[in-house]
Amino acid sequence: MSFDIAVMQAFNGLSLFTVLALMALGLAIIFGLMGVINMAHGELMAMGAYTTYLTAVIFERFAPMLLHFYLPVAVVLAFGVTFAFGFALERSFIRFLYHRPLDTMLATWGLSLILQQAFRSLFGPREVGVPSPSWLTGAWQPISGISIPLSRLFIIGLTVVVGCALYRLLFGTRWGLRIRAVTQNRAMSGAVGIDTARVDAVTFAIGSGLAGVAGSAFTMLASTGPVTGQQYIVDTFIVVVFGGVASLLGTFMAAFTIAQMQSWLEFTLTGSMAKATILLCVIVALYFRPAGLFAAKVRR
Amino acid sequence: MLSRRGFLKGTAAAAVATASTGPFIWPRGGWAQGTVKVGILHSLTGTIAIAEASVVDAEKLAIEEINASGGVMGKKIETIVEDGASDWPTFAEKARKLLDRDKVAAIMGCYTSASRKATLPVVERSKGLLYYPTYYEGLEQSPNIMYTAQEATQSVIAAVNWLAQNKGKSFYLVGSDYIWPRTTNKIAKPTIEKAGGKVLGEDYIPLGNVEFASVINKIKAQKPEVILSTVVGGSNVAFYKQLQAAGVDGKNQALLALAVSEEEASGIGTENLEGFLSCMGYFQSLKGAPNDKFVKAFKAKYGANRVVGDTLECGYISVYLWKMAAEKAKSFEVPAVVAASSELEIDAPEGKVKFHKANHHLWKHARIGAFRKDGQIDMIYESPLIEPNPFPKI
Repeated sequence: MSFDIAVMQAFNGLSLFTVLALMALGLAIIFGLMGVINMAHGELMAMGAYTTYLTAVIFERFAPMLLHFYLPVAVVLAFGVTFAFGFALERSFIRFLYHRPLDTMLATWGLSLILQQAFRSLFGPREVGVPSPSWLTGAWQPISGISIPLSRLFIIGLTVVVGCALYRLLFGTRWGLRIRAVTQNRAMSGAVGIDTARVDAVTFAIGSGLAGVAGSAFTMLASTGPVTGQQYIVDTFIVVVFGGVASLLGTFMAAFTIAQMQSWLEFTLTGSMAKATILLCVIVALYFRPAGLFAAKVRR
Repeated sequence: MLSRRGFLKGTAAAAVATASTGPFIWPRGGWAQGTVKVGILHSLTGTIAIAEASVVDAEKLAIEEINASGGVMGKKIETIVEDGASDWPTFAEKARKLLDRDKVAAIMGCYTSASRKATLPVVERSKGLLYYPTYYEGLEQSPNIMYTAQEATQSVIAAVNWLAQNKGKSFYLVGSDYIWPRTTNKIAKPTIEKAGGKVLGEDYIPLGNVEFASVINKIKAQKPEVILSTVVGGSNVAFYKQLQAAGVDGKNQALLALAVSEEEASGIGTENLEGFLSCMGYFQSLKGAPNDKFVKAFKAKYGANRVVGDTLECGYISVYLWKMAAEKAKSFEVPAVVAASSELEIDAPEGKVKFHKANHHLWKHARIGAFRKDGQIDMIYESPLIEPNPFPKI
């Protein structure tokens, strides 16, 4: 392998890491805090992607000269829309199922089917075209032979921003303190006066909002269609489960490990074999560490 | 609760319905009544609806046109649409319903090979007739199925030969991981060698995969003159977007796709597709009166911004091929229609095509074109009619 290919491949690993991390953060928070397995996570991402599409359409119609700058607006809007949807969803639906984990899985899976069909009815069965702003198309060439896709640089940057913001929220604010308290011991948190129901709703909404941000960013890499969410959901679950439920650090580490494995295996094997090998490794790892790489040590 | 009035109403309605159509006492088709039933069986919901739902539009258009011009042998076509829901057992179940309960004279249906394979035993057992409008991998020939799109040899051999002559001799094959791409590449590889070329690499990506960075790097490392793509579905959007982002475009790399038509263009982003090649049996931009009429009628019915692609056109001509065969046979009985289909010729939007004498497939042109900026395809090359050969010896 030549030098330039090796550099680009290393960059791919890094890029895939941020893609996986961005996908999995929202799910990790919901899964970690509430033990809710949200099968509709992928559809929330698709919702973010469609929000991006709509933003682009609106900019194209009403402010074509600002079209280059629609994407940051769209990311924020995607967060807002999915945050609101997540909040409403938790209040009207999820909270009635907290003590029935299996039922939640079924219910959220049903919800994902409903959302898919809703997208299909609203936007049609085909993928919609989300334009890439001109400053994100093409590649940056530091030296000849090496090209670094700008859209991937954007996603790396976005993941860093989202990761830092999330860290700040969880470890630097009262809200974060409450969320961590409820995660560690729900009954005791309630006893000392934390409104756990409210914390649940906000956390679910934040997790949904992160899914929206991810979905919005991925329109630069992949398709936006009714089943877009299904393309991400499996990878997302693998990352979260492999990393260990209730551990954001674990989610990041798992995303990093899987991304590195995937990008190097894909280079040496075919895409399908790479995927199969990764799944096999994850199964073996979970066999020895059933709670994931970074399981929180707690007394149950 | 069933009220007495409701019950009476229901019974009366049922009686009227029975009197007016009375289908169940008649043999298949109930064609003595002045209508003939045709079933349409595609996925209107679920993952494959993305490709199939629009085929239904084309088939309905053909039926509407036929009815407007007097029907088939004086009988209007009554359409029964069923949703296969992207689920293969559902396809089998709905086919059984269409054949055994509705007694349809023919079914226009299926898109994926999996759905066709699930429907095949039902159609054979009920002695029905299925028109299958999707390009596929071949290796099949049922007495109860008519195949109106290309089988693999009809596109890939012509495409490879043209590429080897015009674009270069070193190939990289990349496809989704299921039967159609693998069979197609199995035919492509010896064809490439015969044309004096060589295969630098072959890669398969799981269906629905959206991460192509490593594949693109592998291609860059190998520097093939030609990429032959059999990637399907939503993966194509990711593939072309990421190629574009990696600095690979229609100007500096020859790439021919066997499964990207005009219909996919807007989702992929026409700016990402410009200059790349596509091989199909039909392009919307083809010249000729039958195609002008088809495109105009389709746009008039479904909206000016709709585009038509290969599968749509094949669905459209399927209905006409069935009509012509029935009229030639002067019967709606399946064996008579099948027998009449042998060497049946049609002046289709894609040009004059005809059924093979025996193997239920169409003689077809393979056409290669380059994507324009607006998502339409300019034809560069048109092969002569190619004999269908669903069981190639390789």
